[in-house]
Amino acid sequence: MSTTPVSLVVDQLIADRRTRIIVCCGSGGVGKTTIAAAVGLRAAERGRHVVVLTVDPARRLAQSMGLTSLDNTPRPVTGVRTGGTGGTGGTGGTQPLGSMHAMMLDMKRTFDEIVESHADPDRAAQILANPFYQSLSSSFAGTQEYMAMEKLGQLRRADEWDLIVVDTPPSRSALDFLDAPQRLGRFLDGRLLRLLVAPARLSGRTGLKVLNASFGMVTGVVTKIIGSQLLRDVQTFVSAMDTMFGGFRERAEYTYRLLRAPGTAFLVIAVPEPDALREASYFTERLERDGMPLAGLILNRVHRSPAARLSAARSLAAAETLQGFKDSESSALGIAALRLHAERMRQADSERRLARRFTAAHPLVPVAQVPAQPDDVHDLNGLRVIGAAFKAD
Amino acid sequence: MLVTVRDTDWDGVRLHVVTGKGGTGKTTVAAALALALASNGRPVLLMEVEGRQGIAQLFDVPPLPYEERRVAVAPADDSRPGGDVFALAVDPQSALIEYLQMFYNLRQAGRALTRLGMLDFATTIAPGLSDVLLTGKAAEAARRKSGGNHVYGAVVMDAPPTGRISRFLNVSSEVSGLARVGPIRGHADTVRSVIASPQTVVHFVSLLEEMPVQETLDGIAELHEVGHGGIRPGSIVVNMMREAELAGTKAPGRASLGSKTRDAHALEIALKAAGLGDDQGLAADLADELADEARTARAQRALRRELDGAGQPCYELPLITDGIDLAGLYRLAQALREQGAA
Repeated sequence: MSTTPVSLVVDQLIADRRTRIIVCCGSGGVGKTTIAAAVGLRAAERGRHVVVLTVDPARRLAQSMGLTSLDNTPRPVTGVRTGGTGGTGGTGGTQPLGSMHAMMLDMKRTFDEIVESHADPDRAAQILANPFYQSLSSSFAGTQEYMAMEKLGQLRRADEWDLIVVDTPPSRSALDFLDAPQRLGRFLDGRLLRLLVAPARLSGRTGLKVLNASFGMVTGVVTKIIGSQLLRDVQTFVSAMDTMFGGFRERAEYTYRLLRAPGTAFLVIAVPEPDALREASYFTERLERDGMPLAGLILNRVHRSPAARLSAARSLAAAETLQGFKDSESSALGIAALRLHAERMRQADSERRLARRFTAAHPLVPVAQVPAQPDDVHDLNGLRVIGAAFKAD
Repeated sequence: MLVTVRDTDWDGVRLHVVTGKGGTGKTTVAAALALALASNGRPVLLMEVEGRQGIAQLFDVPPLPYEERRVAVAPADDSRPGGDVFALAVDPQSALIEYLQMFYNLRQAGRALTRLGMLDFATTIAPGLSDVLLTGKAAEAARRKSGGNHVYGAVVMDAPPTGRISRFLNVSSEVSGLARVGPIRGHADTVRSVIASPQTVVHFVSLLEEMPVQETLDGIAELHEVGHGGIRPGSIVVNMMREAELAGTKAPGRASLGSKTRDAHALEIALKAAGLGDDQGLAADLADELADEARTARAQRALRRELDGAGQPCYELPLITDGIDLAGLYRLAQALREQGAA
């Protein structure tokens, strides 16, 4: 069983013009958005026309890309170095002109737009004013995932960019964004919803008769729980949306197919911690099972030491020795440096063990490591530093 | 002389809600807090609401059913034996069935509803409904009495992440948008009275990194604005602190961002004295590490000041490498007790 992973070279992935969509996924807090932005910038500075679709960016990170407002529209990112001669690891010649746009997803706006584009103005206004629709479009479990995928589909169809980099919503589980759109689509198109709203319509069909017997009771209970007002809102909503029904599941299936199409690549992002890597494992397995194109794992915030040749044990022993030379300023500094180094080495060892465990379980998944940065990313230069980890060793 | 129970920061609190940004170790801290509270000798209920089975993984037990199960015993405190920690994984559907049984004696209907996928429907159709059922379960456990005494000394909830916590706890207004009248509304109002009382506090787990700190501060500010009169914020738990960070400014090299060349020179002398003089570049490499650490430390001190500015008690917990086991949880629980959390 090998524990040395194949290297993931992100530069190759972005240099390949056939790569049209890169999805960055992983559990919360692993730096998905930062990696997505760094991949996007790197690709733009290598001649791609890139749009980065981000779902929930940190304020500072958004500012680092020049995004100040959440307006659901791709905005050009300024300061992208294009057209110069390839700096590091380039082909040596002049880089073709690239560009970068970035946008933040506004899920309610995206939902509203779907409604507006599928219904005449009167009906659209009626739907948008419906309390159930308002609740559905702003806080329904899965709406964010559904709308992220919807936006991805729109950007792909617009065909203005040759590479779309998207990060995934901060879901309960990393897998949610794959399932939620279909779940929402099923729900909106579902027999149950129609049945509840208009049981009479279906009552004549065989097979449903049995269900129907308990149905009066069921609607009764549901009314009791959620109140008749809500039920009426749902009913109004469903009849207003009737023309669009069927469309939701179709849309969800379209994006799902898009995710499986050649030209899409998934990057699973994790940090070298047990929980994040466990989640990365689940995700890797799921992508493989669904035939989704997994490009590899990006292990973010890996701690490395420039003095790795000095082991933790030797470092601590040396610090011990220095304890004998008390009161000297240099030995106090030496003790601090050696202890710090020992702690870093221990951390690096533990991270390596975790990474090896992942590779033992998924020997074929290529891995790239991004070193931990002493500061948070505040500008394009910060993103470039991260992007430096994407080149071939 | 009177025998006094030791003072803690949260005397009188029955429901501890633990939130935090993803990746901050919220579940671990919730479990450690439950153990710390149980050290007082009373049983504590630790519940999770997101269907992740994080508690089961943490305590290395099979997935938890919808049933309160003992998962650990707290370490003894002084002369007293430690209390039991029970765990419960709440999901909206089971909570709804239980609710229907309790209030309407609708066991039969519950089954029919499940078969039809109707519970899934009802809990997804009204997002606020799920939240009322989940917080309702926590409120019920916190208030549950047997023979005049509270069954649990405290209830600890591993709650949704910081970004969603206010909406999650703001049950009555969430529901009122949908269910204006009716039993769920009534239930929501009862839950609300527990959540908004001083008996409930919300603890925030953070790391000394920009995004978790920002979310923590935003989260605390949002709690003050929830409903009428807000929800009481609890402590800020700064989690996963490395030894050097815990040592804080006491360690030389962290305190001042000295000149790297000067540090390297001093280190060369020290390394020679320690018998590591042969490695030519080592002093410079270690000086790099020190400088890196000093930069991190400076940023972290600024973040720590921001957290202190929130005016809530701050506790610090050490980083436990190689995964958390029961011994690690005990260690964290002990650290919480020493700092007055329980």
